[in-house]
Amino acid sequence: MHSTDIAQVDPGELIACPQCDALYRARMPGHGERATCARCHTVLIAPRKRAGMIIIALAAAQLILVLGAVWFPFLKISRQGFVNNATLLDAALSFTGGPLLVLSLAVTALIVLVPLARAILTIYVLGPLVFDRPAPPGALRLFAMSEEMRPWSMAEIFALGCAVALVKVADLAHLSFGPAFWMFAGLVFLTVIHDRWMCRWSVWQALEHGYGARRDKATA
Amino acid sequence: MSGPVTARAAGFVACTRCTRVWPGGTAQCGRCGKPLVSRDTHSLSRVWAWWVAGLLCYIPANLYPMLRTRVLFTTSEDTIVGGAVELALHGAPFVALIILVASVAIPIGKFVAIAWLAVSVRRGSRTTPHSRHRMYEIVEYIGRWSMIDVFVVAILTALVQLNLAASIKPGPAALAFALSVIFTMLSAQAFDPRLIWDRAEDDTDAGPRA
Ligand SMILES: [Zn+2]
Ligand SMILES: [Zn+2]
Repeated sequence: MHSTDIAQVDPGELIACPQCDALYRARMPGHGERATCARCHTVLIAPRKRAGMIIIALAAAQLILVLGAVWFPFLKISRQGFVNNATLLDAALSFTGGPLLVLSLAVTALIVLVPLARAILTIYVLGPLVFDRPAPPGALRLFAMSEEMRPWSMAEIFALGCAVALVKVADLAHLSFGPAFWMFAGLVFLTVIHDRWMCRWSVWQALEHGYGARRDKATA
Repeated sequence: MSGPVTARAAGFVACTRCTRVWPGGTAQCGRCGKPLVSRDTHSLSRVWAWWVAGLLCYIPANLYPMLRTRVLFTTSEDTIVGGAVELALHGAPFVALIILVASVAIPIGKFVAIAWLAVSVRRGSRTTPHSRHRMYEIVEYIGRWSMIDVFVVAILTALVQLNLAASIKPGPAALAFALSVIFTMLSAQAFDPRLIWDRAEDDTDAGPRA
């Protein structure tokens, strides 16, 4: 029977759906194809041509944009001659005093530190592989860390929050966007593409065996 | 109809983080380091613990003011719902709708959905595993977006500091609401979706035999 058949296979050649535990033989799908779970339709493997290079470029751009968005003015407000500029860090650290300080730290982590850390980890872990070098020390654990952080990276939600804030104070004062806002908007866009291009199974496989980059080239 | 073989049925244990498969009984994923369990039996108690914590924070989040706005010499305090109603009355019904959906509809929907999923894997359900799994995916994806109201408060507090003309300060509800969002995200993450499919198998197996 099929079940005893697959039970004899070396577990290293198998892939289990993380959502429903269905077991498959892992096979790299052809170009433009994706391997999905037959039972719950979760995408299991979705490689893309030259994905490594593109992901590194996106991560570098994200790094620059986060740093830029932190230093340049973000939003500008004016009312009756009073003008105030706020940077991203001002917003993140705006909860001062007592227990609200915790909230400041949490917001800073969600909109600055986590996106920054994920960009740095991506470059460190995948950079060498893209240039045909062996995976750097600790690559597997660091990539795992980056994956755990994924739901806690909330840059795109913060960007929508800016739009809501703009409307909220519209009759109170005049609000305008600074350069950092547009950098941040760019960051959101790049983050979405980044997550779409990254085939996690291919990365894990490449990090485990250290030959991912070369094999990708052979099939490309 | 028989579905694909599961890792558990074939005597393996799978890593839910990196999808690597290991011989049954392996304690930790040799690839990504995640502790391995064929089925997370403590999953449901962790789901409920975070769920209760989230709900306990959600109540004060709605009772206390989110924002304290001072314009010239008048100060007003807005709760989440109060702020949205004010926005709607001031000609921004669309934004009011975003706030209401993100801060009221999504959190409440999430509490209901997680509770229902947790109960259904214990007691079984007539709803197909496909739709329940779909619901789980939606809950996981959408839960983060509730954080938007906290961010709006952060932005307004940083920005609206115009001496005498106007100033905005955060209220205690901001912290309670942020905690509620974080706890419900942890509750959803603690849920092991493989339980939905196991139960489905038990249900369909029992069907023809009975
Ligand atoms: Zn599946
Ligand atoms: Zn793993």
